[in-house]
Amino acid sequence: MRDLWFKRGLLLSLMAVVTAVACGTGSTAGKGSVSVMAQWTGAEQASFMAVMKPFTDQTGITIKYEASRDQDALLTTRVASGNPPDLAAAPSPALLTTFAKAGKIVSLNNIVDMTALQSQYAKSWIDLGEPMNDGKLYQIYSWVSLKGLIWYDPKNFTAKGYNVPTSWDSLIALQNTIKSAGTTPWCIGLESGASSGWPGSDWVKEIVLSQSGPTVYDNWWQGKQKWTSPEIKLAWTTWGSILGSGDSNVYGGAKNMAATAFGDAGTPMFQTPPKCYMHNQASFITSFFTSANPALQPGTNFNFFAMPDITPQYAGAHVVAGDAWSMFHDTPQARQMMKYLTTADAQAIWVKRGGKISPNNQVSLDSYPDALSKSTAQILVATKIGKYDAGDLMPATMKNAYWAAVLKFAQNQSQLDSILANLDSVQAKAYTTS
Amino acid sequence: MDFSVLLTDLPTLVVVLVGVPAVLVAYIVGGEYLVRALPDKARPSVRPWIWVGPALLLVTGFLVAPAVGTVTQSLQDSQGNFVGLQNFAAQLSGFPTGGAWIAIRDNLLWLIFYTLFVLAFGLLLAVIFDRVPYESFVKSLIFMPMAISSVALVVIWKFMYAYQVPGQPQTGTLNFILSTLFHQDPRTWIQDETPLLGLIPLNNLALIAAAVWGIVGFSMVILSAALKGIPADLLEAARVDGAGEITIFRRVIFPLMMPTVVVVGTTLVIFALKAFDVVYAMTAGNYDTDVLANRMYKLLYQAPSDYGGASAVAVILLLTVVPVLIFNLRQFRAVEARR
Repeated sequence: MRDLWFKRGLLLSLMAVVTAVACGTGSTAGKGSVSVMAQWTGAEQASFMAVMKPFTDQTGITIKYEASRDQDALLTTRVASGNPPDLAAAPSPALLTTFAKAGKIVSLNNIVDMTALQSQYAKSWIDLGEPMNDGKLYQIYSWVSLKGLIWYDPKNFTAKGYNVPTSWDSLIALQNTIKSAGTTPWCIGLESGASSGWPGSDWVKEIVLSQSGPTVYDNWWQGKQKWTSPEIKLAWTTWGSILGSGDSNVYGGAKNMAATAFGDAGTPMFQTPPKCYMHNQASFITSFFTSANPALQPGTNFNFFAMPDITPQYAGAHVVAGDAWSMFHDTPQARQMMKYLTTADAQAIWVKRGGKISPNNQVSLDSYPDALSKSTAQILVATKIGKYDAGDLMPATMKNAYWAAVLKFAQNQSQLDSILANLDSVQAKAYTTS
Repeated sequence: MDFSVLLTDLPTLVVVLVGVPAVLVAYIVGGEYLVRALPDKARPSVRPWIWVGPALLLVTGFLVAPAVGTVTQSLQDSQGNFVGLQNFAAQLSGFPTGGAWIAIRDNLLWLIFYTLFVLAFGLLLAVIFDRVPYESFVKSLIFMPMAISSVALVVIWKFMYAYQVPGQPQTGTLNFILSTLFHQDPRTWIQDETPLLGLIPLNNLALIAAAVWGIVGFSMVILSAALKGIPADLLEAARVDGAGEITIFRRVIFPLMMPTVVVVGTTLVIFALKAFDVVYAMTAGNYDTDVLANRMYKLLYQAPSDYGGASAVAVILLLTVVPVLIFNLRQFRAVEARR
């Protein structure tokens, strides 16, 4: 009797499983969805969702969004396990390039309207998306930011009678004037969790580009220019002259540089009396200024000037960065979304919300919410030599060694030779194994 | 809470709620049914395998197979060619600062100081609070950090260690105490590599201290249980014989607790060897605070991935853990046998 019950129960439960599995394979409802992975959280995530809302309203395609700050690791794992998102926006093109070489991402040439793209995007942005120079587009930039902006408090400058420097020499002169008055010229913060050191690496790469030009810059991130070469070493020692001997030009010296998070680094500028007068950071930093001190007004309380040109021959050279999109699954929904992201309409939505610059020339300058972001966009448009963030183009092992080197250099500048020699040995391996 | 997500995939929900238990029941019932069909003599030798089978299958699939894969990979380059011990040679080259040596040094520091501190504080707290009436309250308070995830623990301790320029208001608890009570300059606890008493770099100690805070409740609770297992008449007999409290602890309590101390100690050694989360979240291995597990993670996930190197580090970790593991199991059995 009991055996009979067992058998019936068994049969029933097996039937339930079979039915459930059968249902599971056959139920895809609606207009489908696109899975997306990016780094944006909080306010940035809200902005991205605002960009995607008209798309979902119009097409009925829903966005399955996933955010991670440790995206390198997460994407690598997901790709290796054969389960990548449909689309990913990565701040590190080097990672996407690795996937492109491994054949893990889809070429976008037949997916977006190339003629329209070529008329709306500067050539350098499209070239960046063709990492193997074979005419195949693997990455498209939707938003970009401008690096090498030197932020200051205009009220402090007026109070002391300082003028905005127009050349590298006048920047150094201003730095020395501030220092001889017994105050500190610079605020620098290098702490950023697993990526600590990158704010200093920005300094070095901006100096390399402006001092030694685009050819050296390109050879450098491509691993063809040694770190111990005179040009790269000169960039480090130039940064050293900004830091001053024993980091005496920086508020709080080496200790404070190491312990201060990059987002908090600029705030001592706004204390009374100011603890420092200048802070070098990309265009996104304004949101950190205002979140630490909501009373600050762009233009009146903080403003910027672009880092002055070092070598006249390379005038108008700027380091830029951005969010590159790549496609892992070629689905009709992902195609539609990819097309949408390249349009001026889509990009203008985030531009209006602040913090981003559009690479699409159809986005009107009037879209920028304030005079400050408008002038960053103007500088970007007027950029003669635009080069992408070298660190993000290097293989990750090289990039991380670079960041670690910045931390070491900021602690003790006299170790420069051994630091650079070590970077050379990393360079020798980092480019061969990929 | 939004539970609507559960309803978006009803078939999966049905599989999980009905299917999984059903399969389990079916396996057990079916297995027992088969055993009963066997002749009486064969039953005792077959039945254990039916019960252990699923566990064995899972352990083989999820533990043994990947471990074998890791060992194989540690002998290959990124293209999968056999390269012998080259990956190990790369990790062990450049003593004392190259390769994995900084990580090995720091793992040693963790091994010694983490284990020692957790055991010492755990024992101290167990013995002290054994004598007070509000014992359970204090013990649950000290046990509480166990419930905090490591990353949250690091967030808390980053506030403890926060640094501001001398003269500015100190926002970090430790630097506040240091500057107001002791009139010393604040220190960058997480970055400062100055060796303390010539023994251990300050930042390594700071990381270990945060981890100790998180785990000390664990050792306290186990050691406290062992303490309570010591018969009261034994202690009374010692007191009657005229032994002082310290002598009683040294000669009676401690020797009786020794087996438990060893088991907790070896468990902590394993924890120290696989230390990762605190280091990853606090410094990411910068300022010479790297440990082997973090190094393995970095080698694995920084493009271009060095699978061979990461596997070699994993194998080194495995080889160091296995003897401790065997010792721990033996000791555990010895303690059980004594009961």
